[in-house]
Amino acid sequence: MDVRAIKEQFPILGQEVNGHPLVYLDSSATSQKPVSVIEAVAKYYRETNSNVHRGVHTLGTRATDQYEGAREKVRAFINAKSTAEVIFTRGTTTAINTIAWSYARANLKEGDEIVITPMEHHSNIIPWQQAAKATGATLKYIPLQEDGTVSLEDARETITPNTKIVAIAHVSNVLGTINPIKEITKIAHENNAVIVVDGAQGAPHMQVDVQDLDVDFYAFSGHKMCAPTGIGVLYGKRELLENMEPVEFGGEMIDFVNLYDSTWKELPWKFEAGTPIIAGAIGLGAAIDFLNEVGLDNILEHEKKLAAYAIDKLREVNGITIYGPKERAALVTFNLGEVHPHDTATVLDAEGIAVRAGHHCAQPLMKWLDVTATARASFYLYNTEEDVDRLVEGLLKAKEYFGDVL
Amino acid sequence: MSYNLDTLYRQVIMDHYKNPKNRGLIEGDSLTVDMNNPTCGDRIELQLQLEDGIVKDARFEGEGCSISMSSASMMTQAIKGKKVDEALAMSELFSDMMLGKEIDTDGFELGDIQALQGVSKFPARIKCATLAWKALEKGVHDQG
Repeated sequence: MDVRAIKEQFPILGQEVNGHPLVYLDSSATSQKPVSVIEAVAKYYRETNSNVHRGVHTLGTRATDQYEGAREKVRAFINAKSTAEVIFTRGTTTAINTIAWSYARANLKEGDEIVITPMEHHSNIIPWQQAAKATGATLKYIPLQEDGTVSLEDARETITPNTKIVAIAHVSNVLGTINPIKEITKIAHENNAVIVVDGAQGAPHMQVDVQDLDVDFYAFSGHKMCAPTGIGVLYGKRELLENMEPVEFGGEMIDFVNLYDSTWKELPWKFEAGTPIIAGAIGLGAAIDFLNEVGLDNILEHEKKLAAYAIDKLREVNGITIYGPKERAALVTFNLGEVHPHDTATVLDAEGIAVRAGHHCAQPLMKWLDVTATARASFYLYNTEEDVDRLVEGLLKAKEYFGDVL
Repeated sequence: MSYNLDTLYRQVIMDHYKNPKNRGLIEGDSLTVDMNNPTCGDRIELQLQLEDGIVKDARFEGEGCSISMSSASMMTQAIKGKKVDEALAMSELFSDMMLGKEIDTDGFELGDIQALQGVSKFPARIKCATLAWKALEKGVHDQG
């Protein structure tokens, strides 16, 4: 994998920020976009733009073909059985909310349990809090191990025959923990619960095979995997989706509309009310082509090496605290002594280095870590060891800057 | 363009960060406002003692970056003993200062607060600086 050649395909990374070549270490928040994706979206608007599934005219047919073509690319990307199981959404958040509104509210009652973990992103916590409140179900947490991992023993203990839904991140956006999805899915199924996987930090970085994992639902966002913002995917097993009611109603998703009653289109369209995110889906298709060309396995290997290099280098910075397990995805969350992460991030920004500072939409996890905020450097296929070196230099500057006052 | 961190992190700011004024709450009859910055997790608890339209005492507790904590320190220092209306006017002035507007400081003793002027050049940090002032506004507003 030629990282330099890959980096060159990302126009945004060629710029200077605050007088320094940009080092972008915030891909867990959103990834940058390669020129092929930017051009695919522009080409759609230049040559094809039209509404889908309704026009008799040529552009309409072309747009429909491209939109549905993107769905087939997603299907192949996650190895779903059928495109009927691939629903385009606005992103992971909308996908999880769809399950919480439709599946959870229809299937949960008092005494039932929803099981999640303390490492979840807010988007995989709040929809379940709300569903629990609405149905009288109980929300339970699988406790975390000291290193920020989930043990199968704890999972077995927490997931019971009363559990109806288990919702868990594939990869933690703060700790970088890669959860044992296949094993937890087994435990969920042994208890007749469905499993919902928040794949926002998973799908962009590693090969996901929904059939092999046997997960019931898998949600992810396009913008974290080189595609535009505003497009995401809800994968669901066909038999589950068939029995679910849509949560949005209107054009595009109907079969027959009568004065007082209507019927829905077949899957996946019954979940896609209104004019869909056509350009976004086409952009996602182009992103999948791009990632496939590089190879997900190569990306994962590159990221693992880079994360290991980053941890080694960062450990050398005096006073640094690194959070999360040894075995991890390509992100490192840390704090620099007593320097507040905002201040760290501002000093880094002055050096052209973009990192995230704050609670990372994971306030319960911040409580678990006993911090109010952290800084996070996250990597993707275009990051290099040199980027890590620049980060370390930046951190040394931050220490120097704040050293005399703290 | 490269920017100079010293315009943000002035010595006065660092002094307030390191040795904050009026930090730590006290027992007694007072008005407490909780305010946080949901995007980043900064949190402040502002304690106000308002009597006869005057800010008798102002104290705070909280967690946050150098900018948010020093701003809280400076604010409590500045509004103590002032009329509530004056404190609110000062808050408005501060808000304008953060927006980079020309401000008329006649009649105001800004003192250390002026050191925060540089924050306006760091848009990502403005919310840190205004947190304490927003808490003040909320407290006065809630009290009616």
